[in-house]
Amino acid sequence: MALVEREQSLLRSIWVPLVLTAMLSLVVVIVDSTGDRILARTATDALIRMVLVIGLYIFIGNSGVLAFGHIGFTMIGAYATAWFTLPPLKKSMALQLPALLAERQLPAIPAAVLAGLLAAVVAAITGFPIMRLGGIAASIATLAVLGMLYTFYTNWSAWTMGAATLPGIRLYVDMWVALGWVVVALVAAYAFQQSRIGLALRASREDEFAARAAGISIWRVRLVAFVLSAFFMAIGGVLQAHFLGAIAVKNFWLSLTFVSIAMLIVGGQRSLTGAVVGTAVVSAIVEVLRQFEMGVSIGSTVLQVPLGARELGIAVVMLLILVFRPAGITGGREIPWLFGLGGGGPGRPSPDPALAPGPPAGS
Amino acid sequence: MDTNIVQVAIDALALGSLYAHTALGIGLIFGVMRLINFAHGDFLMVGGYSLIVPSSAATATLFIGAWPAPLLVAAVCVIVVLLALACERLAFRPLRRAAPSVLLITSFAVSYFLENAVIMIYGGRPKTMNLWQGLMEPILVADVRIPKLQIVTIVVTLALLVLLAVFLRRTPMGVAMRAASEDFRMARLLGVRANRVIAVAFAISGFLAAATSFLLVAQTGTLSYHMGVSLVLFGFVATVIGGMGSLAGAVIGGFAVGIVSVLFQVVLPIAWRPNRDVWVYGMILLVLLLRPSGLIKVKSIEERA
Repeated sequence: MALVEREQSLLRSIWVPLVLTAMLSLVVVIVDSTGDRILARTATDALIRMVLVIGLYIFIGNSGVLAFGHIGFTMIGAYATAWFTLPPLKKSMALQLPALLAERQLPAIPAAVLAGLLAAVVAAITGFPIMRLGGIAASIATLAVLGMLYTFYTNWSAWTMGAATLPGIRLYVDMWVALGWVVVALVAAYAFQQSRIGLALRASREDEFAARAAGISIWRVRLVAFVLSAFFMAIGGVLQAHFLGAIAVKNFWLSLTFVSIAMLIVGGQRSLTGAVVGTAVVSAIVEVLRQFEMGVSIGSTVLQVPLGARELGIAVVMLLILVFRPAGITGGREIPWLFGLGGGGPGRPSPDPALAPGPPAGS
Repeated sequence: MDTNIVQVAIDALALGSLYAHTALGIGLIFGVMRLINFAHGDFLMVGGYSLIVPSSAATATLFIGAWPAPLLVAAVCVIVVLLALACERLAFRPLRRAAPSVLLITSFAVSYFLENAVIMIYGGRPKTMNLWQGLMEPILVADVRIPKLQIVTIVVTLALLVLLAVFLRRTPMGVAMRAASEDFRMARLLGVRANRVIAVAFAISGFLAAATSFLLVAQTGTLSYHMGVSLVLFGFVATVIGGMGSLAGAVIGGFAVGIVSVLFQVVLPIAWRPNRDVWVYGMILLVLLLRPSGLIKVKSIEERA
């Protein structure tokens, strides 16, 4: 294992996203080789969720501020890609868009990037005042933004078909496309958290007053994270739209918000590894319970749980994980560096207030 | 405009009452354990469903709902209070030391569990049921026909507020609870029993949820597994607007959100009315930006935020 020092430091600087990418690719290759189409769909769905959870992590994980509004950006992304990629004929039947949009049709990737940028612009505008707030007020303010977007999109029939489902979106997302975007999100999230701004943001998470005293503008670093995270939330929406082929405003509301935040918290909100692990574990549990709902034969006996037990199972498993690991499965750690121990590294855990002993209410 | 001012005022107060209940239920628990309890909406949902016979049939058959009113009220209150206590014991107590975000997610999980349990037992479709139909009869107040129910809602809320205020100020448990909201560690050092205070907070919160469920079911005449969601959402918002940790703030916040919603319904041009909630959320945002710690500031919260 004698790596040359220079190579070692390079490897080390990309270690976490590299290992995560390798593990995810391995899973995708294995799933692909089974040829099981249902399993492949499940995996694609999980990878799309992972983009969302990484998007959430960029803001929530690094800033420590819980935000409830990010699914609004996912909705912006999903509808934007529909506006950009639907064939003009379909557009003219379902929507009343301005000529600039109505007559054009963009290829998949420019449409996705534009959709992400649109959400980023909305995030910049809304985040500009909101990021001045701290703690619970910021959380509720983002929830209010989600409420505004949701209500507005529900009633904005000319562009969104209102409460109806917007069908006919081109299906191009498979496991590999989703994996590609997960890798992009991983690299971006990791680059951000190791960047000057990312480190400043993480410092403000640990101790707001010390960070201020060190000259960090918390408003500025939070805003940057908010905008970057909105971009990837929108990409998640784009992927979902092109995976399901149809979108409806009602799918971008509280249940998706809760599920994605839950995945992050279950995995460990304080590390990128946690975001990936949380999504993978929760998705795997859902899949296993789904199998049990259909009946699993072990030897000669068929085990089958009643319909609806899946949802109850998810809730119970999540509760158990939280009870036994309140800081999430990873406890906020990244993937440990395997080559030697010198001087900490990306895997070094940061002290976690969630685990600190204290009075029941915390303090 | 032909809308009568008395009518608008009563509408606003009635809606505000419901929000104030919910905000109080959430605010009480937040005060003692920093838990934002999203499952509060499911407590009241279970209260509503307990009125009917458990079955997945499309039409609801009254069960407890057919009992005489005093018995009915007592039975539902007991059920919801027990449910709240069970959730506290099984889900929240083991996590008491966890970060607020973990507690919040725990309450999502509890909420998800309760909703799906109800779907499993009663089916996922909304059911119609009539509870206390007499309450929908209008009475004349200053030449306006007001449904009795709205008056009842307002009166019940005021009565509950007075009761709660007396409890918090005059009983040893109430004083302990206020002390615990102020500084939990200090309160424990001075002999306040953490488990008991938190359990009582959950019991009261369950009791409030039961009260809300009667009023809501009587008003809408429908049961659905997500009937508590929008209420708890606005209740939660009201708690923050009022000032997290302040019970008076929760009540004021609840009434403020209710009044603002009804006012926008009246003053917005007809074409904009479907988008009323955009304006309501916009107002919420504005209040937060202008007064980040809420209308009533609580010192102990400010330092933790």
